[in-house]
Amino acid sequence: MTRNQWSKFSDRVFQAVGLFTTFFGLAVLAVLLYDVFTDGFSRLNWQFIMSYPSRKPEQAGILAAWGGTIWIMVTTALFAIPIGIGSGIYLEEYARKNRLTNFIEINIANLAGVPSVIYGLLGLAIFARAMKLDRGVITGGMTLGLLVLPVIILSTREALRAVPSSIREASLALGATKWQTVRYQVLPAALANIMTGIILAMSRAIGETAPLIAIGALTYIPFLPTSPVSVSKSAPFVNFTLQGFLDPFTVLPIQIFNWVSRPQKGFLVNAAAGIIVLLLITLFMNAIAIYLRHKNQKRW
Amino acid sequence: MKKTMMMLAAFWAVLLLSQNAGAEVIKADGSSTVFPITEAVAEEFGKASGGTKVMVGISGTGGGFKRFCRGETDISDASRPIKSSEVATCKAAGIQYVELPVAFDGLAVMVNKENTWVDHLTVAELKKIWEPGAQGMVTKWSQVRDGFPDVEIRLFGPGTDSGTFDYFTEVINGKGGSSRGDYTASEDDNVLVEGIASDKGSIGYFGLAYYEQNKDKLKLVAVDDEKAGNGEGPIEPSMETVKNGTYQPLARPIFIYVSKDAMKRQKVQDFVNYYLDHAVALVEEVGYIPLPADAYEAGKNRFANGVPGTVFSGISTAGMSIADIVRMEK
Repeated sequence: MTRNQWSKFSDRVFQAVGLFTTFFGLAVLAVLLYDVFTDGFSRLNWQFIMSYPSRKPEQAGILAAWGGTIWIMVTTALFAIPIGIGSGIYLEEYARKNRLTNFIEINIANLAGVPSVIYGLLGLAIFARAMKLDRGVITGGMTLGLLVLPVIILSTREALRAVPSSIREASLALGATKWQTVRYQVLPAALANIMTGIILAMSRAIGETAPLIAIGALTYIPFLPTSPVSVSKSAPFVNFTLQGFLDPFTVLPIQIFNWVSRPQKGFLVNAAAGIIVLLLITLFMNAIAIYLRHKNQKRW
Repeated sequence: MKKTMMMLAAFWAVLLLSQNAGAEVIKADGSSTVFPITEAVAEEFGKASGGTKVMVGISGTGGGFKRFCRGETDISDASRPIKSSEVATCKAAGIQYVELPVAFDGLAVMVNKENTWVDHLTVAELKKIWEPGAQGMVTKWSQVRDGFPDVEIRLFGPGTDSGTFDYFTEVINGKGGSSRGDYTASEDDNVLVEGIASDKGSIGYFGLAYYEQNKDKLKLVAVDDEKAGNGEGPIEPSMETVKNGTYQPLARPIFIYVSKDAMKRQKVQDFVNYYLDHAVALVEEVGYIPLPADAYEAGKNRFANGVPGTVFSGISTAGMSIADIVRMEK
């Protein structure tokens, strides 16, 4: 083999290996989907979606689970998004480069790699015990909020960094203050990428089980957290309450976990059906992220 | 900025104030063995009472008592009586409680389907396998009984937060919590089932109700306590042998503990009375052995009178029959 032939040969080999590794990932996903769908698809119906858990597999449903998942996601978002974007903006636009900010940056990057169960223990110690919030929605939401916070900060910074400095300079040159520049120029330009990062972080949080089990959410819960708005027949007719944030909850991954650990076969079918719903929610969130990225792609 | 801070403060205040209003939920937690019973009662009670919120957690008997003695739960599910150390913790925190036995459960010892040599084990042989001194020493079946083959033993059992673990180690090894440590521990009984089913030399133990659902995968081992008084020879666990007291010593009472503070709430009273009224049918449905009807009547009396504390302080339930439990309770 001449040198040239050898180069072409190794090029082909690499291409084949690359193709194989790509399809390997897809094949695993396909097998997983096939397995889950054959097990659980027949169980997916309105009754399953709108029923509370039960000891009888054919009567059990995921209402409390997906309701709880929505409560938790909203709480997580309320907690993590303002803090995450705020610190992202500060670190990228305001902070001076010095030892302290370096130290903070390294720590945030490290935090993103901490195992999720550690966050669960932290949430249990701080939110549930020290702050006496017990083990309700707010504890679960803030715990997951801590979990996604580093990811949101990092993706905010990356999004801001992608905005060309010529835009900042132009704004400042026209006499805008730093805050005005960030508020009216940089942030709008970076928003789509920030949102993408946030949604991807949230779709990771939605599947988390370990930290919520650590704060003790592994339970039979046949009810939803109290609705924040309720209508009554007497004055004041419309009532607002934050009680729901303190109510106990369960979420989809935990409901699935609970069903898988049961002896009856029927619950395994339920678990598969629950997995399908969870997959659909995750795919839906990822689809939104991809849509946002494409729609708002700016070229400078 | 000031506005945001004020709003945050207000949010926090409302949240903390509304905490007491949250007492509408009845909170039970504890043993995974008792969970199916309490869950069944919670489900039926929820329907019968028009949507009373009852939640049932799984923290293990020990984990459940930790929360109970901190005042976080109203009812603690327990697959063994409260320990003296837990009695002390509760006392220190000012938590008083009523103890109510709700059912009987058998512990099943299981081996792999392909295990042809074991048809029964004596308590002494079980001890030989599981005692702390066996760690790293007893590794082959041939060491358990002469004539057993030279096959490696693989052990599966519940984790240390489990009441099942406490009970098994107490009656087999003679001291609650003392066990060899080189076994696969899991709170998830399905993991134990799969583990025992996957290796020829496996042995493990867990609740009888779980075996009933996995009959096709495992082989049940008859246990001989080598005492003539309660049925001679090796006896297989079943609803019948647990009920009539011949399957010994691996049969045990299981309990709920109700906090006296929680008893002040009408809903908790209703729930516990519903529990005792419907226990016979529901306990059987989920695969456990109900106590005789008069035992539940006695329980209702204890509950109505608020008789505090445990009748098992310093007494082991090892080897107790249903009749013994009923007598102690009265």
